[in-house]
Amino acid sequence: MFNSERIVKTLLFLASAVVILVTAGMVYSLTSGAIPVFKEFGLRFIISSEWNPTEGREVYGALPFIIGTLLTSLIAIILCFPLAFSTSLFIGEYYRGTRMASITGTMVDMLAGIPSIVYGLWGFYVLRPLIVALGWSAQGFSIFTAGVVLAIMIIPYATSITTEIIKMVSNDLKEAAYSLGATRREVIFNVIVPNARSGIFTSYILAFGRALGETMAVTMLIGNSNMIPKGIFDSGNTMASVIANQFGEADGLKLSALIAIALLLFVITGIINGIGKLIVKKYSV
Amino acid sequence: MENPTLNKRIVKDRLFAGGIFLLSMVTISPIVLIIYKLVSKGYRQINFDFFSKKAPDTYEAMVAVNSGEIIPGGILNGITGTLFMVLIASAMAIPIGLMIGIFLYDQKTKRYAGIVRDIVDILQGVPSIVLGLIAYFWVVKNITHGFSALAGSTALAIMMLPLIIRSTEETLKMIPESIREAGFALGVPYHKIILRVLIPSGFSGLATGILLAISRIIGETAPLMLTALGSMEVNLNMTKPTSAVPLLIWEFYNDPNMIDLIWSSSLFLMMVVLLLNLVSKQLIAKRS
Repeated sequence: MFNSERIVKTLLFLASAVVILVTAGMVYSLTSGAIPVFKEFGLRFIISSEWNPTEGREVYGALPFIIGTLLTSLIAIILCFPLAFSTSLFIGEYYRGTRMASITGTMVDMLAGIPSIVYGLWGFYVLRPLIVALGWSAQGFSIFTAGVVLAIMIIPYATSITTEIIKMVSNDLKEAAYSLGATRREVIFNVIVPNARSGIFTSYILAFGRALGETMAVTMLIGNSNMIPKGIFDSGNTMASVIANQFGEADGLKLSALIAIALLLFVITGIINGIGKLIVKKYSV
Repeated sequence: MENPTLNKRIVKDRLFAGGIFLLSMVTISPIVLIIYKLVSKGYRQINFDFFSKKAPDTYEAMVAVNSGEIIPGGILNGITGTLFMVLIASAMAIPIGLMIGIFLYDQKTKRYAGIVRDIVDILQGVPSIVLGLIAYFWVVKNITHGFSALAGSTALAIMMLPLIIRSTEETLKMIPESIREAGFALGVPYHKIILRVLIPSGFSGLATGILLAISRIIGETAPLMLTALGSMEVNLNMTKPTSAVPLLIWEFYNDPNMIDLIWSSSLFLMMVVLLLNLVSKQLIAKRS
């Protein structure tokens, strides 16, 4: 007999299989595409710093890009922390529930709506000249320039989660501290921060995960060199930016190398997000 | 009655509050600076032609720049391309996303649902450039045998999917269980409960999730560079290379003659994204 209940349930179940198929297919495509380069260079692909696409002397090592990715994202998170944390306190504590807080919150949210390429343009025309003028870098293309723009890009993510968590700290605890004569700063550091610590930490881990995969803005500002950067004001490349940059002219072993980088990026962001989720799960119970 | 310790604590407290205020102002300054830059440099280029003509070629732009006029033409091919690809991506991602969201809501505590949820989280964290690469292999190489709108849409659809699934599940969770149970008690078949009870009562939430997902993908550039490539013509053929507003911005940026066009196009793109966000926020406000 026709059983609509069963048909609907089966359909829904099949839909859920789509997500698994897509993800599994992704892992399969990336892995199979990366096999040639791993066969050729083995583990050296990850630890070697030489990237030379010249035919006949092809050598591919992803270390410069791994370092570039970690450096830009670290700079981003270091610069983002004081700004996002202050803004969260501003919205979730000092001006909580006021018009001022909601305007600030809206403006921070707007940062999340700006496309990556627009950040790139702004970094190129506004930030880069500033860095040249300060004499930090001759052309203004550097790990640092990319890191600053990344910091602005991840501020809304870190801020919104941290704000929610700061708001969740129970009023009883805060009032108890106030009644003992604590100042607001003391309440923040002795009551709010200890209670919200894991949540705040998670929000920065997730923001870090976002910074790792950012492509366009970084590509436009990092200078695109294939060497390990000598310092934060040197040019470099991230894993995402090297794919965007060199994909157009890639085939054969080089294409395989770029896919292997995509696979690494997939794994690294997966691990970072996984850690974030684990912490959330552990503390939300 | 002087109390030096207390004074010190109060001073520290004031200084801290001042610091918070100052840093918060620093945080919101980029949005003001960016909008100012885009508006002040881009508004002159926005006119009727901007929406009704396709992008100029580099020679036309050079002539106009040399004679000090504004660059002719517009970004019609980008606008149609973006609309076209977002439409196809939505057609792929929205039905499946809604269904999976309903499935997760329905199965709530089942182990399999937990696994699906984790996978959705993984998918949400995948960088867009990696999705571009994947769409290149799946669609460009195997289906359309060339850069195409379909490939771009595939990458965008995979980006949208986890966002829609998440928002659907969250929305449905907020619908009172009793409404659904009332349906069951009346012996209503399950598909009718979904179509007549769950979707209508969660409509604004579902719409918000979809709009936010669209606003997230509309400014994506990197995955489209590997898939849709770009085109100088208005193209509505799924299997052909297609332009998009962010792709045009990238082309203008790389062409010294057209560099003036980046500001107006960026202004337009940002306005669209902010408008989508605003509309979805209104929807949320209406609901609560």
